[in-house]
Amino acid sequence: MKSTVPEAGPTPKLSIDHRTVTYVSGPLLIAEQAQGVGYDELVDVIAPDGDVRRGRVLEVSGDKMTVQVLEGTRGLDRQGTVVRTRGAFARLPVGPGLIGRILDGAGVPIDGGPPLLAVAERDVNGAPMNPVARDHPSEFIETGISAIDGLNTLVRGQKLPIFSGFGLPANELVVQIAASARVLGSDEDFVVVFAAMGVTQREAAYFRGQFADSAALERTVLFLNLADDPTVERLLTPRAALTAAEYLAWEEDRHVLVILTDITNYCEALREVAAAREEIPGRRGYPGYMYTDLASLFERAGRVRGRRGSVTQLMILSMPDDDISHPIPDLTGYITEGQIVLSRDLHRRGISPPIDVLPSLSRLMNAGIGAGRTREDHSAVADQLYACFARGRELRQLCSIVGESALSEEDRRFLAFAEDFEQRFVGQSGVSRTLVETLDRAWELLARFPAAELKRVKPDILARYHHYKDEMAETS
Amino acid sequence: MNTQTLTDAGTLWRVAGPVAEAIGLHARLYDVVLVGTAQLPGEVIRIDGERCVIQVYEDTAGLAVGEPVVNTGQPLQVELGPGLLGQILDGTQRPLRELARRGDNPYAVATIARGARATALDRERRWDFSPAVREGDQVGSGDLLGTVPDAAMAHRVLVPPGVSGIVRNLRTGLLRVSEPVATVGDEEVAMLQYWPVRQARPASQRLALEVPLVTGQRVIDTLFPIARGGAAAIPGGFGTGKTVLEQSLAKWSTADVVIYIGCGERGNELAEVLEEFPALVDPRTGTSLMQRTVLIANTSNMPVAAREASIYTGITIAEFFRDQGLHVALMADSTSRWGEALREVSSRLEEMPAEEGYPAYLATRLAEFYERAGAVRCLGDENRTGSVTVIGAVSPAGGDFSEPITQHSLRLAGTFWALDTALARRRHFPSINWTRSYTLYQLDGWFADEVSADWPVLRAWALDMLQRETSLLEIVQLLGADALAAPQRVVLTIGRLLREDFLQQSAFDEGDASCSLAKQHTMLTAIHAAHDALATAVERGVAPDTASAVPTLLEIGRMRAWPEAEMAQLSKDLTARIRTQLEELR
Repeated sequence: MKSTVPEAGPTPKLSIDHRTVTYVSGPLLIAEQAQGVGYDELVDVIAPDGDVRRGRVLEVSGDKMTVQVLEGTRGLDRQGTVVRTRGAFARLPVGPGLIGRILDGAGVPIDGGPPLLAVAERDVNGAPMNPVARDHPSEFIETGISAIDGLNTLVRGQKLPIFSGFGLPANELVVQIAASARVLGSDEDFVVVFAAMGVTQREAAYFRGQFADSAALERTVLFLNLADDPTVERLLTPRAALTAAEYLAWEEDRHVLVILTDITNYCEALREVAAAREEIPGRRGYPGYMYTDLASLFERAGRVRGRRGSVTQLMILSMPDDDISHPIPDLTGYITEGQIVLSRDLHRRGISPPIDVLPSLSRLMNAGIGAGRTREDHSAVADQLYACFARGRELRQLCSIVGESALSEEDRRFLAFAEDFEQRFVGQSGVSRTLVETLDRAWELLARFPAAELKRVKPDILARYHHYKDEMAETS
Repeated sequence: MNTQTLTDAGTLWRVAGPVAEAIGLHARLYDVVLVGTAQLPGEVIRIDGERCVIQVYEDTAGLAVGEPVVNTGQPLQVELGPGLLGQILDGTQRPLRELARRGDNPYAVATIARGARATALDRERRWDFSPAVREGDQVGSGDLLGTVPDAAMAHRVLVPPGVSGIVRNLRTGLLRVSEPVATVGDEEVAMLQYWPVRQARPASQRLALEVPLVTGQRVIDTLFPIARGGAAAIPGGFGTGKTVLEQSLAKWSTADVVIYIGCGERGNELAEVLEEFPALVDPRTGTSLMQRTVLIANTSNMPVAAREASIYTGITIAEFFRDQGLHVALMADSTSRWGEALREVSSRLEEMPAEEGYPAYLATRLAEFYERAGAVRCLGDENRTGSVTVIGAVSPAGGDFSEPITQHSLRLAGTFWALDTALARRRHFPSINWTRSYTLYQLDGWFADEVSADWPVLRAWALDMLQRETSLLEIVQLLGADALAAPQRVVLTIGRLLREDFLQQSAFDEGDASCSLAKQHTMLTAIHAAHDALATAVERGVAPDTASAVPTLLEIGRMRAWPEAEMAQLSKDLTARIRTQLEELR
């Protein structure tokens, strides 16, 4: 039983007890004589044995209210169960004391410490930010990972998911990013708000080990909803975490990196609740409003004009069956500003991090790179690497059919480049690289091509950075 | 939502997501009602016995059964008049800048407060009205009363549809939008006019579509052009560059007015437009691009019912400018999100779903939107013509074009620009697939007259080359390039040049973001000439690999960066050098 129930808003309505439960099933109960109850209100459900659970009003219709019970409906009945309404909404107490705490999926401390010292309480649903107030994100974040910094640049205020698969090292990648992320020319650290949704004990232990040791905890807030915690609470977890992040960013001027894992578990919970309500399902049983629901989370990233802080989101998403067209990665990809895709093939070949750069993308890259931000050649070199690697990959396919001997010398150059690129540029075996190292390494790889072949790079940039070295000629 | 004669009141009975039901309310279908003590605007979308079903344009959290619902007696309508250009409005036409200016937010960040109201047009601003008629003149619907300077143009104040008579009480000089400029017949006419968004504005005649909307995008203008007044669908999976393409079109199209609807998309993208557009200069007027643009923003986290309305708000504003004799381009990004809003409301109504959970009337609604595109002779005696071109992005689930919104859009649009995930992953942008895309508009005649007589021939040649290359590449995939005859190897080389050096275009490169028709013609002519020279060399017996490796051919890839003024001469030189190099080969 959870002992602390978040307090109601500043001016709670008189609490009213309803002893009129008529229906209990799955996570839902329906109670009658519910006049005056507001849609989306937070209620207490008091079980016959006195256990207090939290619930949310999903629908009011005539004198009936449909309530979704966060901790589950086991043990509830018609006669002894009381629904207590207080005119309150799901709120999170926020304050500087958030940092360093470990909370459950609904924002209640589980680290044995005191209750949260709140300076205010915030509706966990937030409110849609006025697009006019947004500042276009453009500050480059150095993650130390070449495939991201060089080719799919992350910027402050961006939302970038990692499309992973079961068994792929997404957790390790995220931890590495969180540990080394910094903004060029700035020594401000990120505050990490970490929200685990439906993760296993093993994963939770890993993240606790990484984020909750004494040094890292000073800049971390953890929200943990484990796989065997209530499903419905999982829908609240990212909202509570983002509410904490927004408070830290907009009111305490902190740069916040929010890590949400795993979006797939969140969507499963969404589907479970939708099915319990007998809603008309959309693709693969997921509710038709899943896009809107996910957007209400992801759109809470950004920068705001006139504010120093920022909210950057990294989400881990395990693609069921590695299928990128599955509704969860599909809808996510339409909302987020790009995606980093992990590849099972690269992972098997021992390349770490196993980032497949071709389907990966950062939509905000162009705003964050170039002269004055990173380096003048950044954009051109990224384009050129992509073009050469894409051609090399095509040839690799062709080569598997017709054999390498059927390729021209030019084609073999591209083929060798693709292999080298994966091994020496993408692969870095846990060692962080600075941006300059990343870009210089790119030029090293491109040195094998004559200047005329590098059509994506303007002549003046080529003159400064390109040093043609015909490796093929030297080796043969 | 303006004016509010309260005709009737009822009480709230049910709330579930964006849908509410009221009982005891006397309302017509599509009347705008104010729901609850917070007075959230909504629209009656179904009448079922006692109950009126309402889609609510704002977050419904906290609404309780028994709260009042009041009917305004008006359909959902927009305010039309000077002062729209350069604005950013939400789906129900609230001015977002104005809302952001008010400091009434609890989070230290400008959010959109629930129930916040503001009128789209500033009631206090004065406009300098110069009459074009005299008192005593007889005028009818669409006739010009006078003009006021607005943004970079003269905004025409017209007699509203359905009004006619003798002009009296004509005024001149500084006036507010709501002050009458004249009395026509018995009606006072002000600059501010209202129009219900779900009803198309009338015009005197529909015109044939014979002039292209020049977009500055090579793959579009040359291969798959769109007519002024036409409609285009751009379906593409995520990451295929729909939004970048829509923004390029909004920037570089030769339209007088651009309406850009961000429908269920990202807030940061609108922030980008708001940052970029004011800084870009419209080459035709010399003023900032923002001065010809109206942004309608309903981002994905804003209330879903207002997203449904945003498309209609946008197209009604587009028609208003069309009626002034202007060419309007409307970009909707994305119609899928609009369809999803429709689906969400429909499922809350427990309607019988058709394909993929979308309501059965999806096709009808889409048609009602796309068919408002067109070129028209406007009402009024000026003989004005205007057009609304609609370009709708579609976000098919899983990138699969067989889904309902893509399929219905294809039926309605005259141009289909299919964005291709495989091309995007190879960083071929714009990722318009040249074998799947098409245009139904017959514009070859215009290009032959206005650009060059050989345009249709060159276009057909390029399409043919690309088609042949695609078929040959299939063989290469199976057997290797050695299996091809020498002339076929030439097609592969030219196909690559066309793809990499002509079709690809960087939206982020200042010199390449927009390409004039003359430049497009020069580039294509050069590639055509290279083809002839290559084919001749190979016919003479030169090995195709040797011929294709001629270094001057790679220079074609630099043409996009050449300055417009030197284009013709540089191209002539290059072509000559390619010929010479190939002729020297043995």
